[in-house]
Amino acid sequence: MTRFSFEVRDVSVQRGGRTLLTGFQLMVNPGEVVHLVGPNGCGKTSLMRVMAGLVTPSAGAILWCDQSLPSANTVFQQNMAWLGHHAGLKADLTLRENIEFDNALRRGHSKARLDEVLNGLGVSHRADVSARGLSAGQRRRLALARVLLSDARLWLLDEPFTNLDSAGQAYVRDLIAQHAKSGGSCVFAAHQDIAIDDVELRRLEWAA
Amino acid sequence: MKGAPRLLEQAAEPILRPVDTFRTVLGRELTLAYRRPADFLNPLFFFLVVTSLFPVAISPLKETLMLIGPGVLWIAVLLSALLPLSTHYGQDFDDGTLEQYLLSGQSLVAICIAKTVALWLVAGLPLVLASLVVASSYGLGPTVFATLSITLAAGSYALCALGAVAAALTVGMQRASALIALLVLPLMVPVLIFGTQAVSLEATNMVSKGPMYLVLAVTGLAATLCPLATAAALRISME
Repeated sequence: MTRFSFEVRDVSVQRGGRTLLTGFQLMVNPGEVVHLVGPNGCGKTSLMRVMAGLVTPSAGAILWCDQSLPSANTVFQQNMAWLGHHAGLKADLTLRENIEFDNALRRGHSKARLDEVLNGLGVSHRADVSARGLSAGQRRRLALARVLLSDARLWLLDEPFTNLDSAGQAYVRDLIAQHAKSGGSCVFAAHQDIAIDDVELRRLEWAA
Repeated sequence: MKGAPRLLEQAAEPILRPVDTFRTVLGRELTLAYRRPADFLNPLFFFLVVTSLFPVAISPLKETLMLIGPGVLWIAVLLSALLPLSTHYGQDFDDGTLEQYLLSGQSLVAICIAKTVALWLVAGLPLVLASLVVASSYGLGPTVFATLSITLAAGSYALCALGAVAAALTVGMQRASALIALLVLPLMVPVLIFGTQAVSLEATNMVSKGPMYLVLAVTGLAATLCPLATAAALRISME
């Protein structure tokens, strides 16, 4: 994997006129996994959205390979995968159609690779039925399929373990570990304690 | 200072041409519309009901109908085409698709144009075709069909393009439909004036080219500038 660097420099985050964070610093190098911990309402999601470039920070800058967003937006977005609270799925399309659309817009992988990812996530038996009847956990799995198919170097995952059963959570931990070992990096927010085998987690914790 | 060469290396990643982005998004929007027929049936039925109420309320006399026909058709098309605007970006916002669009690394303007074209194909074009049928019942003969369909097709596209800006500005707001109508309808007044004038002139066998060209000019302006405004509005609304 290509070398890269992701830096959050002196960032302040506001939400609804309230300052949640000031002077936040974070440097993520290839192979690193960062766990943001904090109680509900402390600004984890707001910070994640700032890091993803969805929200402009009220102060400071986000840098991808030493270039600040938004001027580096296109390169950054091609190398970053985002998992937000909503899965970004259309209920009127089948699982496969949903994934195929994302794939067409991102990397253009082969059908075999799509099947492989759907298999790994344990949703292949539902691939050709409408996404309407999916449980919250299955939606989460499908959103993770998008992250996997993006081939992104940096994963920004907001609460990736929410709604997943223990097998699903273990699978996500495995995915993050594999990603880190292959030289990718991951920043995820989760309010519970997480341990990932063979990966040194950097824990950043703050109070509300 | 290794930053620059690394960036260049990564820029070689596959990126879609805007036209491919357009085609991909348009395909998905049309598939979605096909799966949810209410999206194009609701405006169509609304249009048919509204246009059939006027003869009942005003007068079924042929002379009166011919006089009010162009105006009624135009206003009914504008109001019907407003119906799907509140969900145009609202649904994408609610289900997280909009976030993925913004972070896809593809041209957001191309995505906005694709969505506008899909909206027009689903909610605008059926109204134009229906208006030809309704026009005959208002005593407007086949002589006006060409002018009527060209001006309405252009006018409804202008409405879709302007409506997309309003929909993007109000994304995430509760009960945005009234606000969208307030934002869009005043801007549609020039198109409405020229459009109805063109059809009325044609119905009375006069030259209708002037107002028709003005409708086309305003539509051209809306079609080219509105996607830029829509993309900017989406970025602001997501903050």
